[in-house]
Order: sequence, then C-alpha cells, then structure tokens
Amino acid sequence: MTVIHHLFEPGFFASGPVHTALLVSAVAALVAGPLGVFTVLRGQSFAGEALGDIGTTGGSGAYLVGVGPLWGFLVINVAAVTLMELIGVQRHRGRDLATGIVLGAGLGLAALFLYLAATHQSTTGAAVTVLFGSLFSVAGSTSPLAIAIAAVVLVLLAIVGRPLLLASANPELAAARGIPVRLVGYVYLLALSLAVALCALTIGSILSTALLIGPAASSLRICRRPVWAAAAAAGLGIAAAWLGILLAYDSYAWPPHHQGWPVSFFVVALVLVIYLGCGVARQLSGSAR
Amino acid sequence: MFSSFMVNAWIVGTIVAVVAGAVGFFVVTRGSAFAAHALPNGSFAGAAGAVLIGISTLIGLVVCSLLGALGIALLGRRGRPDVATALVLVMMLALGSLFLSLSSQYAPAVYSLLFGEILGIGSNELAPTAALAAASVLGLAILYRPLMLSSVLSEVAQARGIRDFPIELGFLVVVALTAAMTIPVVGTLLVFTLMIGAPAAARSVTDTPGRAMTLSVAIAVGTVWAAIALSYDTNYPVGFFVGMISAACYLLGRLVASLRRRPARTATNVPAAVVRT
Repeated sequence: MTVIHHLFEPGFFASGPVHTALLVSAVAALVAGPLGVFTVLRGQSFAGEALGDIGTTGGSGAYLVGVGPLWGFLVINVAAVTLMELIGVQRHRGRDLATGIVLGAGLGLAALFLYLAATHQSTTGAAVTVLFGSLFSVAGSTSPLAIAIAAVVLVLLAIVGRPLLLASANPELAAARGIPVRLVGYVYLLALSLAVALCALTIGSILSTALLIGPAASSLRICRRPVWAAAAAAGLGIAAAWLGILLAYDSYAWPPHHQGWPVSFFVVALVLVIYLGCGVARQLSGSAR
Repeated sequence: MFSSFMVNAWIVGTIVAVVAGAVGFFVVTRGSAFAAHALPNGSFAGAAGAVLIGISTLIGLVVCSLLGALGIALLGRRGRPDVATALVLVMMLALGSLFLSLSSQYAPAVYSLLFGEILGIGSNELAPTAALAAASVLGLAILYRPLMLSSVLSEVAQARGIRDFPIELGFLVVVALTAAMTIPVVGTLLVFTLMIGAPAAARSVTDTPGRAMTLSVAIAVGTVWAAIALSYDTNYPVGFFVGMISAACYLLGRLVASLRRRPARTATNVPAAVVRT
C-alpha cells in the first residue's frame, strides 16, 4: 500500500484536471502516433513543428478578433499547408525551404498580432500561455471537440493511408500506378494541419511536436511493417504522456520547493528515453541475428 | 531616424544581416532550414537557465545553442536528421519551460527573446555581438571550401575523402553561434527569417554559388534596413516587417526565375533538371 502511495500521490485518481489531461493527451497521442509515422517516413518533421508555431499566429489572431482560439489555429494551419503545397513542398529538396518561408511569414504575423494584443489589452501573459499550453489547464469542455477533430483526422488517414504510404516510400512508382501523388500529399498535409492544431491547443506546441515525431520515430526503429509501427507509435505516445502526467502530478510533493515541474518536461524526457531505448533495442536485435 | 539611440540599431542590424545572409546561403543549400529554426528557438532554454543560476544570459545562450548543435549532429548520425532536430528542439524547449517554472521571474522576457528588441539595443551590447559575429564569420571562412563542396556536390566531396560528420558539426556550430549572437538583440524570429528568406530569394535568381552568397547578404541587409525604417515610422514590430519583406523577396525571386526560365527552355529545349544543377 505504501508503495502505491509513493507511486501515485493522494488525489491523483480523483482530480478533475487530471482526468481531462489523461483523456486529452490520450486522444492527441492516438492521432499523433499514426500520423507521425507518415511524417517521419516523408521527412516532414519540420512541417509538423512549424505548424505548431504558425498556430500561435492563428491563436493570437483569434484572440484579437475575439473568436475561439481553436478556429484561429485551424484557419491559419489550413492556409499554411496550402501555401506550402503551392510553393512546392512535394519536391523533396524544396519541402524544407517552403516550410521555412511559410514559417517565417507566419511568425512575422504573430509578432504583429501579439504586439497589437499587448498594446490594446496589455496582456504580456497571453504570449506565454499560447506558446506553452499546459495540460493541467485544459478546460474539460474542449474534450468533445478534440475527439471530433481526432476522428476526422483518423478517417482522412484511413482513406489515403495505403496510397500515401506508397507515395511516401516511392513517388515515381506511385505515380506510375496512377496514384495522384500530389493530391495524396496535400490530403496528408491537411490531416497534419488539423492534428497539429488539435495537439498544439490542448497540450501545447512543444508536446505536439514531441508526440508527433518521438513515438513514431521510435516505433519505426523497431517495427518493420508500417501498420505495426502506427499502432506501436500510438501506444508509446500514450504511455509517455500518461507517465509524464503522473510524474508531474507527483512532483508537487518533491523537495525542495513543492511547486511542481512542468508536464511537458517529463513527457519530452520520456519520449527521448524511448527513442534512444528503441535505438539500442534495434542494435541488440541486429547483433543477435 | 538616425538619432543617437537609433545608431546602435542600424549597426547591430547590419552586422546581423551580413552574418545571417552568409550563413543562410549554406543553410538553404544544405537543406538545414529545420536546424536553423531549432537552434535559435531552443537556445532560449539557455537564457532561462542562466537566469536561474545567476550568470550572464549571453553565456547561457552560447552554451545551450552549442549543446543543441552537438545534440543534433550526434543524434543525426544514426537516424533521420529531421527527427534528430525535432527531438533536440523539443528537449531544449522542455528544459526551458522547466527552468522558467523553477525561476518564475523570467516570463515577460520570453516575448522579447522571441521577437527581439532591436530598437532598444544598448551600447554595451555592441561589443559581444560584434565578437560573436566575428567568430561566426571566421568559422565560416575556415569551413568555406569543404562546406561549399559538401553542400553543392556531396558526391564529389565524399570521393575526395571529406567526411560528412565533422563538416556538419562545424556548420551547426556556426549556426549556433549566429543564433546566440542574434537572439538578445533581434530575437529568434528575425534571425531565422533572415537565414531562410534572403538566401532562398538569391538562389532562385542565380545558380553561381559565390554570386548567390553575395546577393543573399545584400538582400538580407536591404531587408533589415527597410524593416528598421518602417518600424521606426509605423511603430509596428521589426520582426513583422522582416518576415513580410523576406517572403516578398522570395516570391519576387521565384517570379523572376520563372519568367527567365520559360523562354530559355523553349529556345534550347534543355530539361529543367539539367539547367538547375
């Protein structure tokens, strides 16, 4: 009994914010895992990370206009991936650059929006909240909407999954088989923009990137088949998120200050440990054979 | 516009633009835009950590961005470079948020770190900026030949026995120094945009490396000067103008390139792929 008390600080299972955090992070990890497998295979981690940052622009813009931040995130992210597609993300070498150009312009707008928000409403805290969303401050009412967006993303992914896999691994072969490579790539980017908007808003843009890339890159190190990798990525993501939440909750009881460490720190550290561990596991199994 | 407190802004803006334009040429050519975004962004953790233990912010930034460069290079050896960059970036950001929460006195400064305060630069910041700029340029000069070879013709570089890892690490160190130097004065946003927008515009206009690099520096300097002037007149943040002007330069470059390429292709009938390499 005492061991359990040390593992789970009292009140962990009764706390409302903890319930919401567990639910929302599980939804985010469930979506980010499979999507992340494609992101890693296509080498578009930068786009995934950039969309989280560009979402900030939408968030601060929505704040200025007076609509909900989620709408700002969704609108700006869809606009951003459309621009990336037009500039030429489909060429492998140009992807990185197109993402960079769009990100630069987006951050420029963010500077303007935050400046306007700060001068009009004098809220220096707004920038920080948008940038470092915290899991424990997620409102319980966002869960249904989060689940709805997650469902849309998973359906999109299920529709384009097989052609997208071929188009990611071998674009020429896919084109020869009559797959509309560019369209499939754009649908993937749309799914990514929705998923990142969801993740960035609920769990913050740091954790959004961490859960998108980390578990997927880890599972691709140990799984050969993409379907297994997608499932393993979702599982690893949920494990990292839940363990991170537990540790963050427990950390309120840690000496010396009893003030609690940020959730994002624990989750990211766990994701990194998993990634390194999967690398070691692959090497061990490689040398055993 | 050229009063005494503005002089520092002009000087620092020009230094930053020259270094960012030169380093950015290699960033764009090597396809390292993600690293150029991650290093300035992540090294805010260094600033937060420096405040926590009570040392100079600049030292924290330099140490943290150098560690980030090392991490990206090491993780990128085994595995995909973009995954390595993403993981190092989130780790740095997460450490930063940990330091922020532990010190709980630094939050308002995050805004100025991200978007910079070029119009509020004091004279005492000129010397460290100039010193770090000199270090970046020196590093670039030392690496210049092998870096150019491995960026433009990676097969030839490998055949000549130039190993990828030391070059990549050296290059990332230069990017890290550039980041550390520019963050306190112009913010992470401005340096990233300058390192991408200006060189990308330059490269879409000309294919000759030397000319592209010179043009990239010129565009970067022009962008910063225009942005400072506009910001002075309108009071809007410098980062906004830099972002917009950079994107506009890139679009203009693409437009010029496509206008120029179209008659050339019909005249000689050379495939575009051959022309571009």
